[in-house]
Amino acid sequence: MLFPQIGNMGGDWNTKKFAHTMWRKGTRLARDPDGTLIKASDVTIGSAFHVIPDGLNELEHHRIEEKAKAVVLLVRLDPRDLKIQPGREDWSFDGIVAYSKICTHVGCPVALYEQQTHHLLCPCHQSTFDVADGAKVVFGPAKRPLPQLPIAVDDEGYIVAQSDFHEPIGPSYWTRLKHTSDGLNDSSEGSSH
Amino acid sequence: MGARLDSAASGTANWVDERTSIGSFVKFIARKVFPDHWSFMLGEIALYSFIVLLISGVFLTAFFVPSMGFVTYDGPLETMQGVEMSEAFASTLHMSFEVPGGLLMRQIHHWAALLFTAAIVTHMARVFFTGAFRKPRELNWLVGFTLMILSLAAGFSGYSLPDDVLSGNGLRIIEGVTRSIPILGEYISYWIFGGEFPGEIIIPRLFTMHILLVPGLILGLIALHLFLVFLHKHTQYPGPGRTHKNVVGLPLFPVYTAKAGGFFFVVFGVIALVAAVFTINPVWNYGPYDPSPVSAGTQPDWYILFVDGALRLMPGWLFDVIPMEWELWGYTLSWNILIPAVIVPGLFFGFLAFYPWIEAWATGDRGEKHVLDRPRNVPVRTGLGVALIIFYVILVLEGANDIIATLFHLSLNDLTLFLRVGIFVLPVLGFLITRRICFGLQRKDRELVLHGKETGRIVRHEHGEYIEVHEPLTEHERWILVSYDDIAPLEIAPEYNERGVRRKGYRWDRFKQRLSRFYFEHRVSPVTPEELESASHAHH
Ligand code: HEM
Ligand code: FES
Repeated sequence: MLFPQIGNMGGDWNTKKFAHTMWRKGTRLARDPDGTLIKASDVTIGSAFHVIPDGLNELEHHRIEEKAKAVVLLVRLDPRDLKIQPGREDWSFDGIVAYSKICTHVGCPVALYEQQTHHLLCPCHQSTFDVADGAKVVFGPAKRPLPQLPIAVDDEGYIVAQSDFHEPIGPSYWTRLKHTSDGLNDSSEGSSH
Repeated sequence: MGARLDSAASGTANWVDERTSIGSFVKFIARKVFPDHWSFMLGEIALYSFIVLLISGVFLTAFFVPSMGFVTYDGPLETMQGVEMSEAFASTLHMSFEVPGGLLMRQIHHWAALLFTAAIVTHMARVFFTGAFRKPRELNWLVGFTLMILSLAAGFSGYSLPDDVLSGNGLRIIEGVTRSIPILGEYISYWIFGGEFPGEIIIPRLFTMHILLVPGLILGLIALHLFLVFLHKHTQYPGPGRTHKNVVGLPLFPVYTAKAGGFFFVVFGVIALVAAVFTINPVWNYGPYDPSPVSAGTQPDWYILFVDGALRLMPGWLFDVIPMEWELWGYTLSWNILIPAVIVPGLFFGFLAFYPWIEAWATGDRGEKHVLDRPRNVPVRTGLGVALIIFYVILVLEGANDIIATLFHLSLNDLTLFLRVGIFVLPVLGFLITRRICFGLQRKDRELVLHGKETGRIVRHEHGEYIEVHEPLTEHERWILVSYDDIAPLEIAPEYNERGVRRKGYRWDRFKQRLSRFYFEHRVSPVTPEELESASHAHH
């Protein structure tokens, strides 16, 4: 940086961190905020869980920053209602789907789930996402669907992630698409701290 | 009375003079004359609420801890027992529940902030509608405009300090908006937050901004603002003997000083009363910042609502088919955020900042204006002002759309759809209707001047005709109704001179002419002495 006084104000300037979250292959899904694990059998049709990655609460550093990116909403729909998105045939489990809870508009938590319509509403500016149809936008200022977290069930019956998200979560930014193709599917890549 | 005032002023001047020898200066200031009108109080309210902010704010700094380090709560509040929170949030709870008078001070500070911003906005509206921004006061309009922007910065930075769920989400929205800026957005975000959101530095940074940088700038600019008011002398409403070359009013000392000093305590008292009775920002109900929870029906402070409303109003897809976020050559451009949060506020505030020049081009008048306009006598300006207010109010309403929808049992989506159309239609309608009303009022004024007031007394003439007796206006009343500028649209030199050579600057002149026609094509001229003369002959 040309001007160290300004240069040092931005931390390490590594904005690629936007594109990585704590989720890894095999990370178990845990309840927010107490961190108890979730079994597929706990998730009845119509229910919704606010989820954090297992181990988040034990982080020594950057816990809030990680939480701000990793929070997920888990819901189970009647599999007949669920429109599986092309290329994501094995991302859900028996009607259970997981989507990032960070709004693709400007980043509020999308916290209000309406069971009847399968709509997920962001209270900040009312972007509405259809969980039954790939969390696509049905109303409001957001343009992109919420990123989906691919999930599976492990031998003990716990719900686990198959990998990190396949695209940066949350609001858009200039180089978002560059980051998307940046080895994200490589689940061995650590979060950069 | 005049003599007593004089001796009060000179007495004080003497006392100071014998000790400092600046008596003549003091006397000069004390004899400074201020015109009187209730609407001149709005700026004063802003000033006094700022003083209240300074006093209460200094108290808050004694207890507030601007740190994002984590602590576990073990204070007296049952619901927060054992909850992890930042020191900023914990100290806000401590101040609210353990420091005697602490909650009251927080409430006073917050209510004063709400009043401060409200007073600034209404003061600005007064200056706008009366034309007080015209030459030579354009510069002071700009100073005032900057103060308005700074008051928003002060409010937002203060609101964010307690580090609760609500203000944290507000900061996250700012972060999201920052990211949408082309090319630099993600770096500006890192620059503001010292890395990824939220980081650990934003509260200390906002604290410094809030208690040092912004109030310092405000203080300096207020001094400049008042100095310029002094230098230019205060404007006055039209009235007998009031011209662009004099000021009619009461002396600063002792009359104005006494009034103003008393008024400060009225403002302080009202703020304290409201703060003692109405809860504001009960952060203990929201909880410390956590990126996961959020609830519906939570609004930012009123002065930020318009941005939130703009963000809500903007669709992500136009007519469900045209995306408002573009992906061009692998880069992302988010119009759905840039338009409501950057471009529209930029144009809105830009228009306000430069308004004095826009109007000066339209009138082509280079003279100094010390007598205020009655809003009806400048129909286009008044119409524009109303249109701007309607535009702003629609954004504010949209910012509270969830509350309005619940309150009136409306569909949230329908309300938003209605306002999406309304934001284009209603300001235009407001402009047209207001201009119409102004013309109507001006014609009414002409009637009054020419034919006098209706008295309600009916007289029957010998030949059987009934007429209502009209009473002519007094000199005083007539003065107010006829003394305004009758401005004709600009005439400009032709595009080509007699030798057929194109004139430099023609386009600029033509732009000014168009603007001028927009303002003055339709107008109602004041009654001339000749008209008055012939009307009075017709009556007798
Ligand atoms: C310039 C005009 C100012 C405005 C519009 C303003 C506005 C605000 C607002 C809205 C809050 C949130 C209050 C709450 O509900 O907790 C706040 C907090 C605070 N302000 Fe100001 N303020 C101003 C000036 C000042 C000054 C001059 C100081 C100190 C010298 C100050 C010190 C503080 C402190 C320490 C807090 C945090 C305390 C708390 O959260 O309870 N403010 N301010
Ligand atoms: S942040 Fe979700 S709608 Fe704006």
